[in-house]
Amino acid sequence: MESDVVIGLEVHVQLNKLNTKLFCPCPISYHQSEPNTHVCPVCLGMPGAMPVINKEAVKAAIKVALALNAEVQSFTVFDRKNYFYPDLPKGFQISQYDRPLAWGGYVTIETESGEKKIQLKRIHMEEDPGKLSYKGSITTAKYSLIDYNRSGVPLLEIVTEPVMNSPKEARLFLNKLRIILEYLDVFDGNLEGAMRIDANVSLKGGGRVEIKNISSFKGVEKALTYEITRQRNLLRRGRKVVRETRHFDEVNNITVSLRSKEEEQDYRYFPEPDLVPIYTEELINEVKNTIPEMPEEKRERLIKQYKIGDNFAKVLVLDINMANYFEEVAKLVSPKLAASWVVDVLRGELNYRDWDFKIAYEKFKPEEFAELLNHLQHEKITEKGVVEVIRTKLDEGGKVDEIIKNKGLFAIVKDEIEKICKEVIEENPKAVEDYKNGKKQALNFLVGQVMKKTRGKAKPAETAKIIQKLLQ
Amino acid sequence: MEMLTIKSWKERLESEKAYDLISELFEKIEKSKLNAYITLNKEDALKKAEDFDRGKLKGRLAGIPIGVKDCITTKNLRTTCASKILYNYIPPFDAHVVERIKEEGAIIVGKTNMDEFAMGTTTETSYFGVVRNPYDLNRVAGGSSGGSGAVVGREAVLALGSDTGGSIRCPASFCGVFGLKPTYGFVSRYGLIPYANSLEQIGPMASCVEDLIALFEVIAGKDNRDSTNAGKEFKFERKDRKLRIGIVKEMTADDKVMDKFYEVVEQVKSKHHVGEVEMPSFKYALAAYYIIAMSEASSNLARYDGVRYGYALDKLDSWNRYFSKVRAEGFGKEVKRRIMLGSYALSAGYYGKYYLKALKVRTLVKNDFARAFNEFDLLISPTMPALPFKIGELADPLTMYKMDVNTVPINLAGLPALSIPIGFVKGLPVGMQVIGNYFDENTILNFALEVEQLLN
Ligand SMILES: [Zn+2]
Repeated sequence: MESDVVIGLEVHVQLNKLNTKLFCPCPISYHQSEPNTHVCPVCLGMPGAMPVINKEAVKAAIKVALALNAEVQSFTVFDRKNYFYPDLPKGFQISQYDRPLAWGGYVTIETESGEKKIQLKRIHMEEDPGKLSYKGSITTAKYSLIDYNRSGVPLLEIVTEPVMNSPKEARLFLNKLRIILEYLDVFDGNLEGAMRIDANVSLKGGGRVEIKNISSFKGVEKALTYEITRQRNLLRRGRKVVRETRHFDEVNNITVSLRSKEEEQDYRYFPEPDLVPIYTEELINEVKNTIPEMPEEKRERLIKQYKIGDNFAKVLVLDINMANYFEEVAKLVSPKLAASWVVDVLRGELNYRDWDFKIAYEKFKPEEFAELLNHLQHEKITEKGVVEVIRTKLDEGGKVDEIIKNKGLFAIVKDEIEKICKEVIEENPKAVEDYKNGKKQALNFLVGQVMKKTRGKAKPAETAKIIQKLLQ
Repeated sequence: MEMLTIKSWKERLESEKAYDLISELFEKIEKSKLNAYITLNKEDALKKAEDFDRGKLKGRLAGIPIGVKDCITTKNLRTTCASKILYNYIPPFDAHVVERIKEEGAIIVGKTNMDEFAMGTTTETSYFGVVRNPYDLNRVAGGSSGGSGAVVGREAVLALGSDTGGSIRCPASFCGVFGLKPTYGFVSRYGLIPYANSLEQIGPMASCVEDLIALFEVIAGKDNRDSTNAGKEFKFERKDRKLRIGIVKEMTADDKVMDKFYEVVEQVKSKHHVGEVEMPSFKYALAAYYIIAMSEASSNLARYDGVRYGYALDKLDSWNRYFSKVRAEGFGKEVKRRIMLGSYALSAGYYGKYYLKALKVRTLVKNDFARAFNEFDLLISPTMPALPFKIGELADPLTMYKMDVNTVPINLAGLPALSIPIGFVKGLPVGMQVIGNYFDENTILNFALEVEQLLN
């Protein structure tokens, strides 16, 4: 355990499942759109345009805060964070300063040494700036282009206390946070830029270093790992780790210095005079009952309701779509069978293809999956056959029964094997004679004949038993 | 000179074509020495006049020419805030008040000159040159809505101004017209290019109380696009009653102005009870006002970086150099001064000392007013502490700031106040400021009607 390491995170989460931006009626779904098409005077910062708070965004933010066990404040204020940057059309970002939406809260993660509560410091709302892009590469482009489609998209900033002790804990925290946000149906983590992270890390005896704007979970773990090594090396050589802000270079997996503490910006926060404080009591009441079952509760319920093992339940709740998928299947076939096939096989096949259960819903509907497992339950197909159907269904599509038929995967039912056994006995009197005289190899020969006739679909042990019974 | 009013204009419209009247008005403006307009809306105005003549322009202000202050956005009509940095800016949308006057059939004559970004008391900081006082071309028309003050009754019937610390009342006083700064939240600020959002309101300017009421009834009201809008509509009701009127001791002026003021006060006494009231917090009001206004301004004006609209450079440069150069070349001296002072007041280590302290003063000012309105229905004072200045007379910024001493406490409190023209000293107009309680414009306007009659 790297106990001399202290890590804190600031996570910027886009509430990207809402319909409209934080302060104007522009649609949020901009990812497939031409640049600067989801804009209006408000999100372009045109002179005289004024922000109007999107109540649905506040409700979504409150929902998240409540689900993260944070204390939503009875009233909350927007402030201006002043700095110049071309992606910031007003020259300031509407954010929150000393009256954030919520204080405190925690997220529970499962580390190797057991459960750990990651304490949160605060949660506040703010608007996303626009986005710079470059013709060709950032290093060779002669100028930057700006797309304001993202400008004004509602962001939540979730700040943890500096309580994580390893890059892995940071990753576990982010994974868990993402799961919770997706449960709340306010967040789609697959969209580009949906979650951006600032990480601060310090070693005992060293200054605190902030790494800005990391855009992926893997990036966070890599940046922290690099940064810890860098700081450890400095300390080992008796040098000082200075307090500074660094940038994570995702191509080379290193961090580089951006600015020292002295160069820190003064954001000159002050209350946004074009907005009025938000009183949250009514909104909290509206939202409270809409918070769905959270992962922990779901885990317990799945175990209880479906009598499945915790090893399955634990995995199922990692992705709400997977859990839902399982439940739909489990209603139609044996839940235990459903759990093991969803978790062990289907999940693996999806992962292998870089897909998730959202895609499973399109490519292999739960009721079809249940139909397939039903065949297995009635021994109409072998386990090997099931795997083959899953692969075919994912890659080529088609109907379950047709795939089984076309591929000849229907297992032969007992009656049919018995019929073939009788045929084989009749056709091979010599071998039957030998068997009756105690020649054990004769049985193997007869089983072999049955296998031949069924093209390997009969199970040898079972076939042997049937023949023995018939010859008694 | 006979001033234009809605009534007189409508009388002429009965016998003459709107097209001819509006053409005649533009001829007069084009020959005018006042420099009251930055951009004329001639083509569109003449088209509207034709519409009126064909009976297609309807509404409460149908066919009435109006000047709109150049910090109020007008769709497809250049809006500069009297700044080089917006010298070519054509807004894609109308301000709420502009929508309303258009709906009521008003004809926008043009965009009136003002102090750059409304930062001034004389309209001398305009990139487009100073506005001259209609009574003496060597003197200022007041500010920051100097153009609106000068055109009312002369180069338009009505005008819209905006008032952050006296910017409607000062030019109203200096130009001898009526100018109302409404209760904060009565008129939507949507489309008002902000100088100091928490202080300012758009308000009507007119040459008689009746016209002022007519315009205020049109522009006041609900607008969901301004979160600070109170959602109230205004409908004037004539009420004849004896009022308790308090003279604010701290709001004074030079002897010439005070003599005129008390001359009118004596006449008012014949009908109403007149007393005096002390406002101890007012000695801090001016300082608090400037700290808050400049702080908000420093942030409001950060958007002018030459990237999306307005003044831009031909040559690309690194971001920091580019926007710094745009701002260095695009903003005037007074604007830069206020941005720098405001940024300073908000910066780490000074925020508590300046901005928060100013907010505390603001609360004290509100409390003083609340106390005064327990005792009085209206408060009065001279609007400006002096007669209109000679152009260039107030070279020192601090002396200039001090001219707002009687008007800024009203903005700090968010109260309504009206400047009434009460006569002339040496041929120059004098204004009386009438302050009412929150959303009690009705009492102010009733009183104004009486004073207007009294002095006629
Ligand atoms: Zn927008």
